[in-house]
Amino acid sequence: MRRLSTFNIVSLTLGFAFLYVPMLILVIYSFNESKLVTVWAGFSTKWYGELLQNEAMIDAAWVTIKVAFFSSTLATVLGTMAAYVLVRRGRFFGRTVFSGMIYAPLVMPEVITGLSLLLLFIAIGLDRGVLTIVLAHTTFAMCYVSVVVSSRLVSFDDSLEEAALDLGASPFEAFRLVTLPIIAPAVISGWLLAFTLSLDDLVIASFTAGPSSTTLPIKIFSSVRLGVSPEINALSTIIIAIVTLGVLTASIVSKRQISQRLREEAQAG
Amino acid sequence: MRRLLVGVPYVWLLVLFLVPFGIVLKISLSDIALAIPPYTPTLDLSGGWAGIREFFSQLDLENYVFLTSDDLYWKAYLSSLQIAVIATFLTLLAGFPIAYGMARAPEEWRPALLMLVILPFWTSFLIRVYAWIGILSTEGFLNQFLLWTGLISEPLTILNTNTAVYIGIVYTYLPFMILPIYATLERMDASLLEAAEDLGCSRIQAFWLVTLPLARPGVVAGCFLVFIPTLGEFVIPSLLGGSDTLMIGKVLWEEFFNNRDWPVASAVAIILLLILIVPIILFQRNQQLNREAEQ
Repeated sequence: MRRLSTFNIVSLTLGFAFLYVPMLILVIYSFNESKLVTVWAGFSTKWYGELLQNEAMIDAAWVTIKVAFFSSTLATVLGTMAAYVLVRRGRFFGRTVFSGMIYAPLVMPEVITGLSLLLLFIAIGLDRGVLTIVLAHTTFAMCYVSVVVSSRLVSFDDSLEEAALDLGASPFEAFRLVTLPIIAPAVISGWLLAFTLSLDDLVIASFTAGPSSTTLPIKIFSSVRLGVSPEINALSTIIIAIVTLGVLTASIVSKRQISQRLREEAQAG
Repeated sequence: MRRLLVGVPYVWLLVLFLVPFGIVLKISLSDIALAIPPYTPTLDLSGGWAGIREFFSQLDLENYVFLTSDDLYWKAYLSSLQIAVIATFLTLLAGFPIAYGMARAPEEWRPALLMLVILPFWTSFLIRVYAWIGILSTEGFLNQFLLWTGLISEPLTILNTNTAVYIGIVYTYLPFMILPIYATLERMDASLLEAAEDLGCSRIQAFWLVTLPLARPGVVAGCFLVFIPTLGEFVIPSLLGGSDTLMIGKVLWEEFFNNRDWPVASAVAIILLLILIVPIILFQRNQQLNREAEQ
């Protein structure tokens, strides 16, 4: 058994402190009475109250959630299709171009993706708004979904699908009854990833949003440029709380599923 | 059925990924104009063949010549490269000891430690950058702390300098460095180290001769994962950097939104892509080699 040296303990402590202290400060100072963000003046939840009365902020939050929901759902369908085609369907015309287009958006600088999509929307005369942000987010998010789903597809044996086909299932039935249940965890994490990426995106949304479709990151960015504000701290705290709850729930659920599967396999074996 | 399965995502990416690039390329060869859209020529198919020939004859490399003649762009590309290289190195320095510590931690701790590294990645990027404004400003927490300890007598100016940009990049991209390095270190066979020590290596020698070479694929992958997105970064230099922080993502943004010069913004984007092709190909090759080595 290897033992942690003092060096290991110090680097882990410092490392995790570096990752978490900034967020901790942000959360603590969202409960600060004073408008000055760096001076503590007593506990208060008044910034949360003010946040809830900020209609522009609430509207932006709604737009963001709508965009994230539609784009991640669309991206999950398209990304799963793309992954299935790439992993299971051998060669087809233009396969290299297709896999290139799946991987390229993952390494593309956001400013370029945003600029190119905006120029496309203008060229075809599509008015900028919620629809254009959804189209833009779906495009880059489907690539992430496809990577997540194909790593799962690669790891399981396609003889299960073949068996279903041999037993008389149609290709669609084989997919729905055999493949989909197996890749479901990957599809769900793909959806979650797409949803978070969409919630988080500032650059691409700034290029493709219209004046009436401001998203939360655009709103935060424009107010943060003017400096630190306790209201943004309160908003950040809410977002951090939701994300932490979501990630913890997801990990507990997946851990349960794994242990359940192990138990079933043990019984079957 | 099969055609639909291939066709739908294919057409989607063609229309929303490849075609837009064609448009960027085309506009980078056009001239700026006081019109909507603000460039000329625009393709008008009603002119027939003569119209299309006319359209192509009007395209030229003027914007690219402009980019080489103005110092600003040269300096922005060079300083983006410089910032990305230095920031990647700093992230490696910060990330390696953490990944190493995680890989040596007792097995039952590892899932929790891994979770702690992944969690910030799910939290909003913008918020994590924002958190540093309050820490690094002149009256911020870091200065308050340093003044209190007596290490400094005057507050330091950190916010709106390149130092703040480096801190921001290391902070936000740290998980991308830790995860691949941890993955290679965790797979490492501990008996190799014991063998090295039995054969007379000191622990430090064993680290240099055994651990580090074995961790190389993870280190290389982590460096690319930090370097590639950092080169085109916009949010960090614009929130934490100063007016003299030149990064190409910021220049492109300002060219487009503030100067409304779409042709030059498009040319800036094309050159940035050309610069990125080299590290992207190297990264792909590294991943390919790792996969082959595993099999």
